[in-house]
Amino acid sequence: MNDWIVTNAPILIIATPLFAAFLTPLVDRVSKRGRDAMVFVATLITLVIAFILAKNVFDNGLVVYTLGGKSVGLTLPSGYHVPVRIILEVDGMSVFMAMISTLTSFVGLLYSFSYIKGEGSGKYYTLFLMMLVGMLGMEMTGDLFNLFVFLEILSVSSAALIAFYARKGKPLEASIKYIIISSLAALFVLFAIGLLYGEYNLLNMGALAGEISSEATFTFTTQIAFILLFASFVLKAGAAPMHMWLPDAYGEAPGAISMVLVAATQASLYALLRVCFTVYSMAIDASTIGIILISLGLVSIFIGATMALIQINMKRLIGYAAVAEIGYILLAIGVGFFELAKVGGGGVISEYGLKALQGGVFHIFNDVLDIGLLFLVAGAVIYVTKESNLNKLGGLAHSMKYSSIFFIIGMAAVSGLPPLNGFASKILIYESVYKVSPITSIIAILASIFMLAIFVKIFHSVFMGPKLSEFATCKEAPKLMLGSMAVIAVIMIFFGLFPDFVVNNIVNPAVNALMNQAGYIGSVLGGV
Amino acid sequence: MALETTGGYWSPVIWLAAFIVAFLISYIIWGMGEKKHAKGEQEKPFLSGMEEPPKEEVHIRAENMYWGFTDTLRGYYDFMKKIHTGIINDYVLWFLGMATIFFIVVILPEVFK
Repeated sequence: MNDWIVTNAPILIIATPLFAAFLTPLVDRVSKRGRDAMVFVATLITLVIAFILAKNVFDNGLVVYTLGGKSVGLTLPSGYHVPVRIILEVDGMSVFMAMISTLTSFVGLLYSFSYIKGEGSGKYYTLFLMMLVGMLGMEMTGDLFNLFVFLEILSVSSAALIAFYARKGKPLEASIKYIIISSLAALFVLFAIGLLYGEYNLLNMGALAGEISSEATFTFTTQIAFILLFASFVLKAGAAPMHMWLPDAYGEAPGAISMVLVAATQASLYALLRVCFTVYSMAIDASTIGIILISLGLVSIFIGATMALIQINMKRLIGYAAVAEIGYILLAIGVGFFELAKVGGGGVISEYGLKALQGGVFHIFNDVLDIGLLFLVAGAVIYVTKESNLNKLGGLAHSMKYSSIFFIIGMAAVSGLPPLNGFASKILIYESVYKVSPITSIIAILASIFMLAIFVKIFHSVFMGPKLSEFATCKEAPKLMLGSMAVIAVIMIFFGLFPDFVVNNIVNPAVNALMNQAGYIGSVLGGV
Repeated sequence: MALETTGGYWSPVIWLAAFIVAFLISYIIWGMGEKKHAKGEQEKPFLSGMEEPPKEEVHIRAENMYWGFTDTLRGYYDFMKKIHTGIINDYVLWFLGMATIFFIVVILPEVFK
C-alpha cells in the first residue's frame, strides 16, 4: 500500500482534490458537516501526499509518471521517438511548490470553516479545491499544454472566489479584471504553445528543451514563443509595472482566498522559472533575461513599497506589499540567472549566484507565509469589524489580542526583521545582489525598512489607540481562524530559527533541480 | 545552526542570546527608574494648560501618518496615482507595452547580429 502511494503520488496529489471537488456539491446536499469533513480529509490527504512525494524526490531524485503507460517509452506509437502521453515530471522545484500550495490550502481551508458560512458555501469549497488542483497541476506537469489547462483551471476558480461573497461593487470588478488579465495571459501562453508545437511537434517540456538547446533547431519562432511565455507568466506573477490587477484581486477576495491567491501567483512564478531555466535555459541570451528579471524586481520593490504607503484599505495595502515581495524574488532569481549565463551550459556557478538562487527560492516560501499571515489577520479584522478602511479602524488590540500578536509576527517577518524567516532569505538576497550591483542591494534594504514603516502604520491605525465606541462590542476572531494564523506563525518562527535546516533540506533540492536542465531532459528522453 | 551567506553566516541562536542579554540590561535600567510618582494628575500630558481631549479624538488615523513624507513626494505620488487608473484597458496596454519591450530587448539584437 505504502509503495503504491509513493509510486502513484504524482497523480494522486492532483486526483484527490479533483475527486473531492466534484463530490462536494453532492455531499453538500446531504450534510454540511459531512461536506466540511470530506473537504478537510481530502485537503489533509493531499498535504500528506505532497510530503511523501517530496521525501521520495529528495531521496531518489526526479520522478517521471506517465498516465496510461508503465514507462515514458511505452507511450509511443511504433517508431515514433517522442513522448506523446500525459507525463508528470516531478523534481525538487515541483515538490517545493507543491508543499507551499498544499500547506496554504490546508490552512486556508481551516480558516474558511469559520469565515465562510451560509448559502452557497458548498460551491465555495468546490472552487477552493479546484484552485488547489490548478496549482498542483501546474507544478507537477511535464507538458506545456497541460500547464495551460491547469493555468486556466486555476484562473477560473480564483476569479470566482475573488467575488464569492459579493453580488455587486468592487469584488465583482476585481474578479472581472482578474479573469480578463488571466485570459489574456492564457491566450498568449496557448499561442506560444501552438508556435512551439508547429516548430517541433512536441509539447513535453523536457523533449522541447532538448530540441531548443540545439543550435541547429533553434529558430526565430522559438524566440517569439519565449517572449510570449515570458511576458504572460511575468504578468501572472504580478511583477511591476504589470502588477495593477494584483492589489485589486488580493484586496477584494475573502481572507483565506487572498492567502491562497499568493500561492497561486507563485505557481505562475514557478511556470516562469520552468520556462527560463528548464525549457530555454542557455538557448536564449540568459544574461539579458537576467538583467530584465533584476530590473523587474527592482521596479516591483520600489513601486510596491511606495504605493503601499498611501493605501487606506488594509488588504490593498498588503497587496502592494506583496508586489514588493515578488520583486525580491525576481531580483534574486535574476542575479542567479545572470550568473548561470556566465558559466554557460557547463561549469560551476559562482557562490553568490548560487546564494542568490537559494535566497530567491527560499523567499518564495517566506513570501507566501508572511503575506499570507497578514492577509489572514486582515480577514479576521474585517470579519469582526466589517470594516477595512484604515482611517476608521483603531484600538482593536484591546479586544483582538492574539490577532494583534500574529500581525506583529507577520509585520516583522515581511519587513525582514531578525530572527524571523523573512530575514533569513533576505540576507541571502542582499549579500548576493551586492556582489552584482551594490546600489541595487542598498535599494532593496531601504525598501525593507520602508515596509516596516508601512506596517507600523497599519498596526498603529488598526490595533493601537483607545478602544473606539463603534468597535466596543467587537470580540476576538473565532478559534479556528486564530488556529490557522498560529500554524502559519509557528512555521515562520521555525523557518526563522532554523534557516540552515530549511535551506539544506528543502531549498537546495529545488535550486539544484532548477539548474539541472540536462537531468530534466534526460529523464524523459532517456526513456524514449 | 548557522546559515552560510555570501559574506559570512547568519546564526539566529547567537542573535537571540544577544537579544536576551540586551533585554535584561534594558529591564534592569527600567527597573531602576523613579517609582514614587503621583498616580493620576502627574501622569497626564501637559498641553499648555489646556484640558486634554478624550483619547478617541486624538487617535492619529492612517491618512495622517507620514503626511510629511507623502507631501514632499507629491510629484511622484501624483504621477503614480495617474498611472494606476484602475481601468482594465490600461492594464492590458501595460502588458502589451512590456511584451513589446521584451521583444525589442531580447530578440532584435539577435536579428541584427
